[in-house]
Order: sequence, then C-alpha cells, then structure tokens
Amino acid sequence: MQLSGAQILLHCLQEEGVDTVFGYPGGTVLPIYDALYDSPIRHILTRHEQGAAHAADGYARASGKVGVCIATSGPGATNLVTGIATANMDSIPLVCFTGQVGSPLIGRDAFQEADITGISLPITKHNYVVERTEDVAQIVREAIYIARTNRPGPVVVDLPKDIMERRIDFTPIRDEVNIRGYRVMKGFNTGQVVSAVELMQNARRPVIYAGGGVISSNAAQQLMELAEKRGFPVTTTLMGMGSFPSNHHLSLGMLGMHGTRYANYAIAECDLLIAIGVRFDDRVTGKLDTFAPHAQVIHIDIDAAEIGKNVDVDVPIVGDVREVLEAVNQRLEKADELSEWHQTIDRWKQEYPLRYGSSCEGRIMPQHVVEKIYDLTRGEAIITTEVGQNQMWTAQYYQFKHPRSLLTSGGLGTMGYGFPAAIGAKIAFPDRTVIDIAGDGSIQMNIQEMATAVQYRLPVIICILNNQFLGMVRQWQGLFYGGRYSYTDIQSQPDFVKLAEAYGGVGLRVKEVEEIEPALRQALAVTDRPVIIDFWVEREADVYPMVPPGASLLNMLGGD
Amino acid sequence: MKKHTLAVIVENRPGVLTRVTTLFRRRGYNIESLAVGATENPSISRITIVVCGDGRILEQVTKQLYKLVDVIKIVDITEEHSVDRELVLVKVKADATVRPDIVQIVDIFRARIVDIGKSSLIVEVTGDSGKIDALVDSLQPFGILELVRTGKIAMVRGSK
Repeated sequence: MQLSGAQILLHCLQEEGVDTVFGYPGGTVLPIYDALYDSPIRHILTRHEQGAAHAADGYARASGKVGVCIATSGPGATNLVTGIATANMDSIPLVCFTGQVGSPLIGRDAFQEADITGISLPITKHNYVVERTEDVAQIVREAIYIARTNRPGPVVVDLPKDIMERRIDFTPIRDEVNIRGYRVMKGFNTGQVVSAVELMQNARRPVIYAGGGVISSNAAQQLMELAEKRGFPVTTTLMGMGSFPSNHHLSLGMLGMHGTRYANYAIAECDLLIAIGVRFDDRVTGKLDTFAPHAQVIHIDIDAAEIGKNVDVDVPIVGDVREVLEAVNQRLEKADELSEWHQTIDRWKQEYPLRYGSSCEGRIMPQHVVEKIYDLTRGEAIITTEVGQNQMWTAQYYQFKHPRSLLTSGGLGTMGYGFPAAIGAKIAFPDRTVIDIAGDGSIQMNIQEMATAVQYRLPVIICILNNQFLGMVRQWQGLFYGGRYSYTDIQSQPDFVKLAEAYGGVGLRVKEVEEIEPALRQALAVTDRPVIIDFWVEREADVYPMVPPGASLLNMLGGD
Repeated sequence: MKKHTLAVIVENRPGVLTRVTTLFRRRGYNIESLAVGATENPSISRITIVVCGDGRILEQVTKQLYKLVDVIKIVDITEEHSVDRELVLVKVKADATVRPDIVQIVDIFRARIVDIGKSSLIVEVTGDSGKIDALVDSLQPFGILELVRTGKIAMVRGSK
C-alpha cells in the first residue's frame, strides 16, 4: 500500500485509538491537513494554537485518554509552548505534532522555521524530529506510548513537510513498542508496603495527603478504601481535588497556601503523613522544614525522582499508585481507633470553617457564585478554572465529588487555560455540564476560542467573576506591597455580554445576588452555543485563609 | 563536596548530549567535566560526567537522568575499582635557558613534548587527575600560555 507520511501518521493515530485532534493549519502542515480532509479522525479547529494545546489537555484530563494537537511550524509551534509547559507541570498525556520546514531547508532560517524540539526540550517528557518517512509509524506509536505510561507527560513530534509528503510502501503491522531506555514501571517493593502498613496501623494522628497521581492512576476507589478502613483523614492538593469527595466526613479539603485551616493544622500535628501521588510543591508545603514536623512520611509515587526531591521520606514506595494502594489495602486491618484524632479535627472544623464576609456595597461575593454553581450542578459538572482568585475560590467552595471533574493549571498556573480546556472536556463529554470559572483578566487571554465553541455548537458556560482587577496579584500587592496596586486595575474592559453575542454566543450580566440563580439556570438550559455570564462581584474580595509565601502552614492569615 | 564520576550510557542520536546538559542546567547542577564518545556498539554513546555534590544531589541527578528516554544506563564509577584518564595539552613558555628543566619534568611525569616553537613547547600528558594536576603545578613557574583538557574518561577494572 502506497501511503504518504501524513497518511501513515493518521493511520497510526487511529490505530492508537485517537479519534479527535485539536489544531490549526498552516503552510508546513498542508500535507497533514490534506490527509485529514478525508480521514475519519475528527479535527477541532481552534482559533489559536495555544487554544488547541489547552483543549487537547482538557480533553485528556477529563477523559484520561491522550490529547492530541497539531500546529504548523514556526509561530504555530511556538504558540503551543505554554500549553506544552502546562501539561508538563501537571503530568498530562499530550502529543503535539508540529509542522517543520522541508528537510533541505532545516537550519537555514527558512520562512516559519523554529527549532521546536530545542525549544520544548525542558518542558516535554520526550520529543522527536522525524527524519525519514519510514520512521513515522514507529515514532507515532512511541510518542503516544511515552505520553500515557509511567508518569504521563507531553511529547512533541516535529514533522518536516517533505517527510509528510513522501509516499512509501506501507504495511500496517502493529509492532510492540520497545524502547531500551524507557521501561514501563511494573510492580513495587513489597517490603516497603509491609513497612508502610505497619506505620499506618500504629499511627495515632495520621493524615493522607493525596495529589494528581491518584487521579492519573485512576485510584480514587482504592484511596477511599484506604481512608475508610482506618478512618484516615484526607487532604488533597489542587491537582488531587476530586480524588476524594470533598463532602465526605473524612475530607479536610485542600491543604497549603489557600487550604483550609483544619487541613493545615492536621498536617502540623500529624504523626504520620501518607503522601500519595504528590510532589511536595512549595504552594503545598510552605516553609519546608516546618511541614509536618512531627510526622514520619510514607511517599507513594510512580516517579522515583520525586522521592526525596523536597523532603526526606521514611518509607518510599515507587510504583503505580493504584497497584500500591491495592496491596496496602489487602494487608491493612480494619480498625476504628482514631476517635481522639477525629475529635481534634472536628473541633478545628467547627472553629475554623471556610467562610467569607459580605460586601459593604451590597455587591455579590465571588465565593457565593461558586457555591451557587455547586448547588445547581449538584457537584456533578466538569469545572475548569483560569488562574488566580477564581481558581482558589473554586477549589475552596465547589465540592468536588469525582476524579477528573476539576481541570485546572496547578503547576504552571496558566491564565487562559480554563476556557479552551473546557472546550476539550465538552468534546470528550458532550452530555456533561462543563463550566469554566474565570476571572475577567484570565478570560481575555484565550477569549478567541468563543468562535470555536460557537462553530462546534458547544454549550460551555463561562462564569466570569468580574472584579475589574487582576485579583490575586492585587491581593498580594495589598498584603505585601503596601496596597500599591501597580497595573492590576483593569477597569477598561470589553462588554462581555456584547462580546459573547458578537461571537454568536449568549451573554448574561448579573449584578444582584438574587439574579445569580436565574442566570445560571438560563445558562444551563442552553444546548447549542457557549454562554458567558458576567458576574459583577465585590472588587476587593481576598482569598483566605492564606499562608504567606515561604511561611509555615501554621502561619495563616484570615479565616480565623 | 565530593566529586562523582558517572558513566552515562545513551542512544547515539543527535541531540542526546543537549538533553543531558539541559537537564543539568535546568536543575542547577554543575558539570565539572564532560567527555563523550562512541563505544564498541555503534548505536550507543558513552558520556562520562564528573559532577560535584552531596549524596542527595547525586541521587537526584541520577534519577532525573534515568527519566530521559535516550538514557539507557548510568553507573556511578566513583567508588568502583576503576581506571580513569584525561589527556591534557599544555603550551609552556620555554626559551633555551629553561628547556632542559622542562624536559626533565616531562620525563619524570612520562609526558611527551609534541611541538617546539621559538619560545614555547607543547607538552602532552595522559593520566588521572592527580598526576595531571601535579604536572601542571610543576610547569606553572615557567609560565603556561595555554592549557586544554579533554575531560575525564573512566572504565571499571576487570570483567564487570
């Protein structure tokens, strides 16, 4: 069978189960787009390559499948960079195919040439330049395999135009992927599991600290079993939200900089920290040497390099979280011996619940909007966020019940992530409610994707918590820079209602508390186009509690 | 801070060295010396890296290196019973009056003079770091005009 490189590419993607790609055409990917023209693979045309990368990422996070995107060479490829880095920091399986100038032109500063493999080197799990059409099939398979196995991550495949055009005899044989420098993690150290179980059975004040690794290894059920078996309280990172239901009696909510007081107190007091699929990020730990100071630490992670990276660990277990937890649960005896610890925690929960004040000007409080969104969706929606205050209020006030229901840029903190990610999630799950909780700053970073949502008739809802500030930066300026609001006041902004309408979507504005629910109901009833709800909220609401950067977790501001 | 010698066995492909050095740069580890070359297997290259740091840094370097898809194997040969060598060329200021002294030093170190200019000599020496440092110290008083070192290469003794 004579096939072009581009046709082989699409053939192999189909073989790997890829049915949807996100992308944006251009000169060097013309051969790929020509092949897509009559391929069964569905291509979603975004309005910016960054949108394509985030949409593929959102698709991956929501579905657990590999997200795929395509961009042309040069600026197309460099526009993917933020999306690639976002996926890399959050360990999301993403494969990006970039066009490249024809092989004879590489290195000659040709039109739209950029060294995307060089540029993406530190922000990818691996990357490739394809040098021969004969290698296309193998590299596509490897790229997908590397992206989704072990600790997932983004892979870039750079495809010179002539390689994609050239036709070769192609026999579709699916070889096993075999890379001598890359082995999929199998098993774990059973001795370490035995040690971990022993610590767990003897702990008086244990806490589970669960992160994104629980979600990527699909281990929420195993985590639940572990927690319930002995009554271990569970706090999650931002990336781990949904791995354990926020409304469960053992849940402590989120920990860290904007975590609950009771989660941070529990960390400070615990005698055993069970860290699962986490990386001891600075936003979680605060000042490292005061983090869980009385605790022995069990750390379960698939990435050996995460063990001991930031903190010393007593019992490290390198392995797939789900497999390890299954083994732990098998050995762990059921018991109910922690009532003293639970009482202490319940006291903290009663004394220091998450709470917020009211607006002196009678404006809507942004936290209240998030609570309303939770109420009306019964916690069953897929929620994406932008970055900043909107993200933290969402984590605090939306009670996540299921894994893969919060899609947020946790590691890189990418403003402009939420909306395209919501598009990706909606493509993966057309029947689920998908809501982007946004700020008025962030939403303007990828607002052009309104056109995408309109084109594909995607009823994604964008809730803008509009305070006409770059709110989180303003909050820090207020707290740490003497209230000097340097360039964070963005009162000059578009009319978001008209903007929505201009794109062909629905625009709603909410200024009064009693309008929140009707507006949300109206938005939830829309079935064929995106909706922007512009909530005019209290301008200077802050996110509390807050651990100042570099401080100990006990050193919280607000919420007391 | 202890020096460690790592033998990093990698795929012989373009860009692999960049991956390794980028990793060191990004994580803030310093490379003391670096030597790269072919091995008995044409599809495999060997990078010998000398890195300075405590156990924790070395552990992180090793684990992070292992995550590179093109890295096949890493051996810490610091503690191993191994042979290590470096090649150094030194251009020394040498007029007629001091040449005999230099020749004597070169003989003692079993080094070689490989070029003679009007007022300088080029000395070639191979050996472990100790020997090379000693030779360089001895030549210092004459005036070193130029010095170039290959970086260390190393191999474990015996059949291992």
